[in-house]
Amino acid sequence: MSEGAPSTTLLGRGYAWSTSPRVLRSLLPAFSLAVILIAIFYLQPRAMSPIGMKLLFNLAVPIALATIAQMFVLAVNDLDLSIGAYVGFVVAVGSTMLSGGLAGLPLLEGLIPDPAPWIFTTPLAGIVVLAAAIGVYALLGAVIQLRNLPSIVVTLGMSFIWAGLAVLVLPTPGGSAPTWLRGLMTLQVPIVPFPIVALIVIGLVVHLLLMRSAYGAVIRGSGGNPRSVARAGWSLVRVKMAAFGLAGLFGVLSGLALLGLTTAGDANIAVRYTLLSIAGAILGGSEFVGGRVSPIGAVIGAATLTLANSFLTFLRLNPDWQIGAQGAILIIVLALRVLISRGEVRN
Amino acid sequence: MHADTTTIVRLDGVEKHFGAVRALDGVDLNVDAGECVGLVGHNGAGKSTLMNVLAGTTSPGAGSIVIGGADLTGAYGVAAATRQGIRCVFQELSLCPNLTVAENARIMHPSFSGFGWRRRAGALIVGKLDEIFPGHGIEAGNMVGDLSIARRQMVEIARAFSVTDTPAALVILDEPTSSLDAHVANQLLDYVRRFIAGGGACILISHLLGEILQTATRIVVMRDGKVVARRPANEFNRTTLVSAMGSVVEERGEHTAAATSRRSSGEPRVRARPAAQTDKLELLAHQGEIVGLAGLEGHGQKEILIGILQARKRRSDMAYVEGATALVAGDRQNEGIFPLWSIARNIGIRSLKSLRTGALIDRTKEDDLAAEWRDKINIRTPDLNNGILSLSGGNQQKTLFARALASDAEIILMDDPMRGVDVGTKQEVYNLVRREADKGRTFIWYTTEMDELDHCDHVYVFRDSRIVADLARDELTEERVLHSSFEPEA
Repeated sequence: MSEGAPSTTLLGRGYAWSTSPRVLRSLLPAFSLAVILIAIFYLQPRAMSPIGMKLLFNLAVPIALATIAQMFVLAVNDLDLSIGAYVGFVVAVGSTMLSGGLAGLPLLEGLIPDPAPWIFTTPLAGIVVLAAAIGVYALLGAVIQLRNLPSIVVTLGMSFIWAGLAVLVLPTPGGSAPTWLRGLMTLQVPIVPFPIVALIVIGLVVHLLLMRSAYGAVIRGSGGNPRSVARAGWSLVRVKMAAFGLAGLFGVLSGLALLGLTTAGDANIAVRYTLLSIAGAILGGSEFVGGRVSPIGAVIGAATLTLANSFLTFLRLNPDWQIGAQGAILIIVLALRVLISRGEVRN
Repeated sequence: MHADTTTIVRLDGVEKHFGAVRALDGVDLNVDAGECVGLVGHNGAGKSTLMNVLAGTTSPGAGSIVIGGADLTGAYGVAAATRQGIRCVFQELSLCPNLTVAENARIMHPSFSGFGWRRRAGALIVGKLDEIFPGHGIEAGNMVGDLSIARRQMVEIARAFSVTDTPAALVILDEPTSSLDAHVANQLLDYVRRFIAGGGACILISHLLGEILQTATRIVVMRDGKVVARRPANEFNRTTLVSAMGSVVEERGEHTAAATSRRSSGEPRVRARPAAQTDKLELLAHQGEIVGLAGLEGHGQKEILIGILQARKRRSDMAYVEGATALVAGDRQNEGIFPLWSIARNIGIRSLKSLRTGALIDRTKEDDLAAEWRDKINIRTPDLNNGILSLSGGNQQKTLFARALASDAEIILMDDPMRGVDVGTKQEVYNLVRREADKGRTFIWYTTEMDELDHCDHVYVFRDSRIVADLARDELTEERVLHSSFEPEA
C-alpha cells in the first residue's frame, strides 16, 4: 500500500520524505541510468563528448515521448498495446502528408493533376489526420469507460488498425520529413546537447501537467480510487477521454520526433515501442494499477532503456543476445525495486 | 441564524427494492438545520441504502426528495447533492491513496484550480483538521496511502466538513469513529456539537449507542427498511433504544421457549479464537451442531470463517480444526459461482478427487453426483448441463450448498448464504441444514438475519472483531444479541 510516485518529491514543496525506502525508490531510476552511463563511458571514453552524448541520447527522445503516452494510460489503470503501431502510423503520415500534402501519398501517385492545385499539396492534410488520430484516442477512452471493456483487448485490436493504416499511407519505406521537423531535431544548443535539453523539458512539462495541475490530480485520483472520484461528482468518461487524448497527443509527438531523426519514414519503424514504453514507464516507478505514475521517472526509464541498448553494442555482444540481455537489465532493476518495496512494507 | 426552523432535507415515502429485497420500504425522514440525527438499526435495516439515496449514489424507486425547500425528486444525483452541500463520510474509506491530502481535498472541491491551488487546498484541509482534531500531526503533502487508517479517516472527515464555494449543510457520518481511538472520537463528537450549534446538520450512524445518545439531538430507529421510532434523544436510554431495534416480541417468543440446548459434550471439532480476543472466550463447535455467528456486519465474523477454512492447510494460531471443511459463500457473484460453467461442474468442483478416473475427471461420475444433489435439494432446472447463470438467484445459492454438501467435508462454513434469497428457498435450505446436522455434520453459520439464529444450537455474538457473547440455545433472545452487538459505553 505504501508505494508512492517517487518524483512528486522532486519538485513538490512540502512533500514529506517519510521513509528512507521511499527515497531509495525514487532514486532508483536515476541510479540505474547513472550506472549504465558510467559503464558506457568506461567502455567507450569517446562517448563522453557533446557529440557522443548527442548520439547516445538522440533516440531516447521519441522513446521518452511514447513512454509518457503510455504513462497517461497507466495513470487511469489501463494499458495501451497499440502505441508502437500508432507511432508508426504517425511517422507514415508525417513523412507523406505532413510534408507534401495529399500529393505526398504514394497511393495517389499519378491521380493528381500536374501541377497540383494548392489543396493537394498543403501540409494541412497531415495536421488534420493527426488531430483526428488524437480524437480517436480520446474516443477509445470513452468507449473503454462506457462499455467497461478491458483496455488490453481494445488497444490490441487498435494496434492492427493503426499498423494497417500506416502501410496504406506508406507501403514502402520512403517519404521525407518536413524540413522544419528535421531542423528542430538537429537543433544546436550551446553547452548541453539538444536531446538532453529536450528530455529535461519533456519531463518538466509533463510533471507540471499531470503532477502539479488541478485536473492532473483528478486523472491520477481516478486511477487510485475511481469510485471516490465519481462520488465527488466528476465524470469518469471525461477523465478517461482526457488521459487517452493526452496519450494520443504524446504518441503524435513521439512519431514526429522519430521522423525528424530518421528523416525518412517507415511504417514498421516503431513496432518495438509498445513494449519499450511499458518497460520504460515501469522502470521509472509507475505501477500497472493504482494511479501511481511518475513523468520524470518515465523519461529517465526511457533513457535508461535506450542507453542499455548502446551499452550492449559497445560490449560487442552478439546481436542475437542483445534483446535477451536488455531484458536481463530490466529484470535486475525491477528486482531491486521489489527489494526496496519489501523494506518499505517492513517499515 | 434561526437554524432550528429550516428544513434541509425532507424524504417522503422513499422506497428502494433490490430484487425481492425491500431495502427501503417507505421511509419518511426530515433533517432540520441545527440538529444531529442519530440513525440506528440492525443489519439490513436500510441505513446504508438511505445514506446512499441522500448522497445521490442510489436513486430511489419511489418517494419524493425535497432539499432546501426545492423538490428534486427524479433530478437528484451526486452533482445535485454536492451543490446542496450534502456530504458523506462513507464507512469504507473513499480517499485516493495515491494522492496527497491536499490533492484529495481538490478531488472534492472543483473550485481549486489555477496557480497556487495546491497551497490553498492544503491550507483548507489542514485548517479544518486543526479545528476538528487539534494535534492531528497530518501535513498537506502527506501521501494518503502512507497514513494510518485512523489518520485517513480523520482526513476524510475533515474533507467532508470543509467549505469552499458550496456549503456543508448536512454531513452524514457512517460509523465515523470505527477506526479512531477514544480521544480522537471525542474530538469529533465535540466538533459535531459545535457544527450543529452553528446551524449545520448531521446524520450520525454508529454501533456505539453511547455516542449516539450523547451526541444526537434526535434518534431515528430503522428496521426492515422502515422507520420504527423517532424521538428526541433524551427520551431514549440504552435499553429502550435496543428494544426499539428488535422486532415485535410475540412473533418470536415461542421459538426460544421451546428450544433446548443441544450442545453435545466431548471433543469439539472446531476450536477458534479471533486474533483480537483478549479474554478466554472461544468458539467451539461439536459434531452435529449448528453454530451461529451473530453481530453487526463486518465485525470479524467473516475473518474467523476464513481462519477456520485455512486452518486445515496451514497451521493457524486462530483455529484448530478436526475434519475437512467447505465454505458456502454468500457473495455469490464474487466468491461463489463460476459463471461460465454448467451447473454440474459448479457442483463437482469441490469433489474432484472422488470424481477422477486416473488423472482425468470422469464426466459420468460428475453428472451422477450433480443429479443426485439436484434431487436431494431440488435445484429447479431441466438440464444440469445448462450454464449456472440460467438459474434464479435462489437456485444458484442451492447449487453452492450442493457443492459443499456433496463434498467429503464434515464441517460446513456458511458466510451469510441467504442474502437476497426468497422465503421458499430459505425454508428448504433450513430443513436441509438441520437434516445434515442430524447426520453428524457441523455447521458454522454467519448470518445477518436474526430469524436464522433460531435454527442454531449455539450462538456467538461478535463485536469489534471479538466474541462478546456466548449464548446457548435456551439463552438466546433477540434482545441479548442486540445488547451484545451494540457497545454499552462509548
